[in-house]
Formats: sequence, structure tokens, C-alpha cells
Amino acid sequence: MARKLLLANINVPGINTLEVYRQKGGYRAVEKALKTMTPDEVVEEVKKSGLRGRGGAGFPTGMKWSFLAKPEGVPRYLVCNGDESEPGTFKDRFLMTYIPHALIEGMIVSSYALGAKVSYIYVRGEMMPQIRILEKAIAEAKAAGLLGKNILGTGYDLELYVQPGGGAYICGEETALLESLEGKRGNPRLKPPFPAVSGLYGSPTVVNNVESIAATVPIINDGGEEYAKIGIERSTGTKLISASGNINKPGVYEIELGVPVEEFIYSDEYCGGIANGKRFKAMVAGGSSVPILPANLATKTAKGESRLMTYESLADGGFVSGSSMGSGGFIVFDEDQCIVRNTWNFARFYHHESCGQCSPCREGTGWMEKILHRLEYGHGSFSDMDLLVDVSKKIEGNTICPLGDASAWPVASAIRHFRDEFEWHVSNREESQIRNYGLAHYADPLEPLVQS
Amino acid sequence: MLSVTQNEPVEFAPTLLAKFADIVGRYPEGRHKSALLPILHEVQAHFGWLSVPAMDQVASYLKLEPIEVYEVATFYTMYFLQPQGKYMLEVCRTGPCCLVGAERIMEHLEDRLGVKEGEVTADGLFSWRGVECLAACGFGPVLQIGPEYTFYENLTEEKVDELLTNLKNNAGSQPLSANS
Ligand SMILES: Cc1cc2nc3c(=O)[nH]c(=O)nc-3n(C[C@H](O)[C@H](O)[C@H](O)COP(=O)(O)O)c2cc1C
Repeated sequence: MARKLLLANINVPGINTLEVYRQKGGYRAVEKALKTMTPDEVVEEVKKSGLRGRGGAGFPTGMKWSFLAKPEGVPRYLVCNGDESEPGTFKDRFLMTYIPHALIEGMIVSSYALGAKVSYIYVRGEMMPQIRILEKAIAEAKAAGLLGKNILGTGYDLELYVQPGGGAYICGEETALLESLEGKRGNPRLKPPFPAVSGLYGSPTVVNNVESIAATVPIINDGGEEYAKIGIERSTGTKLISASGNINKPGVYEIELGVPVEEFIYSDEYCGGIANGKRFKAMVAGGSSVPILPANLATKTAKGESRLMTYESLADGGFVSGSSMGSGGFIVFDEDQCIVRNTWNFARFYHHESCGQCSPCREGTGWMEKILHRLEYGHGSFSDMDLLVDVSKKIEGNTICPLGDASAWPVASAIRHFRDEFEWHVSNREESQIRNYGLAHYADPLEPLVQS
Repeated sequence: MLSVTQNEPVEFAPTLLAKFADIVGRYPEGRHKSALLPILHEVQAHFGWLSVPAMDQVASYLKLEPIEVYEVATFYTMYFLQPQGKYMLEVCRTGPCCLVGAERIMEHLEDRLGVKEGEVTADGLFSWRGVECLAACGFGPVLQIGPEYTFYENLTEEKVDELLTNLKNNAGSQPLSANS
């Protein structure tokens, strides 16, 4: 069995309460950090752990923390990103629902490391039940002296608040999130200045994902070096994977980084194979924003090596034949799924969620949605595929925030890997309205197997 | 679009004002604008939607220009700028949920309720719409109902029928309670 650091006690009855959470060793990290470590020592442990941000970009958390500006007399803030709106991702909801104190404990340890006296957990407004759960957990922690003034008699003060969003994917982008937390529309800010220098209310701010913050708890408990022993190379520790789509056992799984993709899909410990005895067609490894891969490239790299659930291996092959870990939103498509329809669906999502600030994204996402719609509904032409790639290229890299890139990659990768399916929608207009293209050759191994 | 035809004046009850005060207390001195989104959620939970007079009241409470409230209310998808059915059923329409049948669920809802997306049933009880990813992809198809945003997961046509019947029977007697 794989080691579990975040979800080890998920099935313990009452683990959502402070009492049971503490019985199971909860809040040891707060005791250890606040009573025996300096803030800089906490940052150092997180650096040693090799923890990379779990929100999607994979930036090393300890390094991010060490960039935080510390001018005299100016407050510093820690803001937790619980916006979780990337299609395919639902791990943060899971963690907040079932083991809220893991996040609260991580917030206390991390706030201490950064010298924050007030911290916020920004949770998407649709997660009202989770907001209530967190508020209750905060009240429990406060009553136990783990929050508020003079925590555990150490002289450290911290107030923690939960802030609801209003329904907008863009507010997961850290500077849009800060705008939203300031009571404004979620328009991303130009960088620089980076939040580490000028973030919430113009003060130095760190924004971290829910899972990143929760991961600091085992890192402080066991030490950064212990954490770094799990995983492969620069993909250290465990990661929550949200598994959805056409699999037998959708859900949230904590994996040790390095599990082969094939094992993750087919093993009973994880997804349990493709549902309904169907065959495997395609995979999105890290949320809708990352490139989609056909089955043959999902389980093996272009070099024919086994593809692993690590930042490096998922990205192996770059944009030509690789994908990305992203947020760990693992979506599986069976042979009955239509790639054109799914690409249109994702394009509609990005068009809907574009904040409208930058023209390439505001206009380009709309064009991609329109073109994909006509392809899906049998009105497309053969030049549409090149047109889509052209539009996607003109969005990519030309916007203030990465939502533009996120809208471009799924479209460009779908056309790269599934071009014949798009063309079939043009050459077989009527047929494409009544049946799907099917598996085609997407599951064929790249190299013919050597028969022995 | 803001509704400028329904202009009944609104007044915030003391219980609501107490909630506002509690919210404003979460932010540093002078940063009360941060309270805007949470306060709009409270107002919507109370009135069912955000009328212009209600938003104007929020603006004066937070000492903001009305436009600062309108621009936020029109940006975020959760705020209703028109009255909705007592129960607004929001079905996730994004990729992963569609892989497991979300489109069928929306067709079924349209069929059963007899109203198109965004419309309200004649008895004022129901409206429905498709919304973008609700972060419950492993449990799809899913729908949520405000103001507590109770979740209904792994939906089938039968489960939808059952839900509609339960909501109809409950209507009037008690408000929907949170996931408890
Ligand atoms: C359009 C967009 C949406 C994003 N959504 C989220 C999100 O829902 N949750 C999240 O943690 N990070 C999200 N991010 C990434 C954040 O900008 C930021 O990198 C992250 O919160 C940093 O935390 P980490 O270093 O712990 O991963 C998003 C980025 C973009 C461009």
C-alpha cells in the first residue's frame, strides 16, 4: 500500500471534528512549529521537502515563501486558494469536506512561517457547505487556543477567515483572486509587481493551493527530508489526484508521485479500469487546461517508456507528445466519447470564463467555441482545423494571465492528436450526427509489439 | 442584465444587518469593500435575487458607489439579476460531467419542468440552468440548489424525478437545509 500523508485518516469516524483529529495526532505540527522552530526554520523544512505547488503551476512552495518581501511595519498575508474551478479537479473540495482541520492546521503553520497575523481562505461560493464546515472548524480551533491571540501561549497571534467567491473560474488565478477578495471583479493584475511584493491590499502576500498548505503539516511533523524521500526526482511527496470520466472507480486518490499512469488507471487500488468493459481512448492528466493525450501516449512516452505520474514524466515530449501534471485533474475518455464534442465543450467553458480584459482571449475563445460548434454540428470545413490552431496560437502568450494559454492548449492538442476525427466530422457530416468516430487507432501502441 | 423594472424598495432586517457587521469585521480598517461578495450572497439568500434597490442599499451600507456593486454583481455568475424559481437547479455542463450523462439530465429537467433554461415554472417553484464545472467531476452528473448550495450527485433520471417530487412536497413548509 502506498503511503498516505493527507488522507491517512479519512475514514476515521469523526475526523472532521477537532477532538478526533487531535486524537489522531492532529495539531502536532502547530505545537512543533510554534514552540520549537523559528519561522525561517519552517520555511527551510518546506524547501527541503521539495513540495511543489499543487494548484497547477507546480512552483516550489518553499522558494515562493522565501521571495516574500518583509518590509518593516507592513502586514503580510497568506491567502489560501480554494477556488477549485479547473474542470476535472475536485480534490480540494474533498479535503475541506472530510478533513477540514488538515487545512486549518496547515494555515496556522504556514502563516507562522510567513509572519502573517491575518490569513484568508478563499473558497468558491458554490462550496457554501464547505465554507460552513471550515467556519465551524475554525471556531473549534479558536476555542481550543489554536487560533486567535497568543496561540498555545507562544505569543503568536493569528486570525483566520473564510471568504466566498461569486462564481468565476478566473478567480482561481492568484491575482484575480486577490482582486475578488478586495471586493472587485476578478480581473487578473499585470505582473510585476508579484503578490510577494504587492498582493492583498498592496501588502506582501503568498497565495497557495489548499493541498499545498495541507501538505506542510506532514512536512513539519516528519521533516522535509522524510517527505522528499517519497516520489521520484523533483516530484516529491504525495499528490491528490481527482479521477473522473469513464472509469470504474472515480474519486480522489492520494498517490505517491511516480505511480505509472497505466497502474493508476487499471489497478483496483485506484481507478479500477475503464467502465462498462469499454476501451481506453484518451486522457487529460491535469485538468482541462493541459494537453489531451490519446491512449497510446497516455501510458507510454513517445520514446516507449512507461509514463509515470510525476511532473517530469507527464510533461515528457513537451507539447508534441506530452501533457502536464497541472492540478491533478485526471479525466479518462472511453471509446464512445467524441473528441470534437469535448473540445467544443472545453472551448465553451473558457469563452464563458474569460474575464474579457485582454482582446486575444476575449475574442479568441469565442471564435474557437464557434468554430468547434460548427464542426461538431456538421457545418465545418477542412480549413477549420488550421484556423483553430491559428487562433489558438494568437491567444497563447498574448494575455495578462494564463487563462488564454489554458484555452489554447486543449484545442491545439486535440487537433494535433485527433485530427482525423475532426476531418471525419467534415467528410461525414450526416454520419457524425448519429454516431461517434470511436476508438480509431488511438490506442495502438506506437511501436508494434515484438512477437516472441 | 440588471432588472430596472422591478424597483420595489427593500429594507434589510436587523438579523441581516448583524450578519453584515460580522462580515465587515473580518477585514482590516478601511478595507470594508472586501465584504461586498459575502454580503451580496447574504442578500440573495434572503431575497432570492439582487434587485437594483437591494444593491443600492448594499452600496450605501458599505459606502461604495452603486456602480461598484453593479459591476461585481454582473461579473460573477452566482448572483441573480432577475427573480428565479424558489428552487434554482444548477446542473454542471462541463466536460467530465458530460462524459457521464449531464446533457441527458438537462434534457430530462427541461422535459419534466416544461420550461427552457433560465425560465421559471408557472407555479414559481422551479428554474434550471447549466453551469460550468462545480468541482465534483468524480460524482457526476451533479446539480446544486442555493442558497445553501446543497449538492445532488451521481444523478439519474429517476433521481431527478424523486428530487423534484420531494422539493414540491417540501415547498412552503420548510426552507431547504444545508448538507447535514
Ligand atoms: C485561469 C486560472 C485558474 C486557476 N485556478 C486555480 C484554482 O482553482 N486553484 C488553485 O489553487 N490554483 C489555481 N490557479 C493557479 C494559481 O494562479 C496559483 O498559481 C496557485 O494558487 C498557487 O498555489 P500553489 O503554488 O500552492 O499551487 C489558476 C491559474 C489560472 C491561470
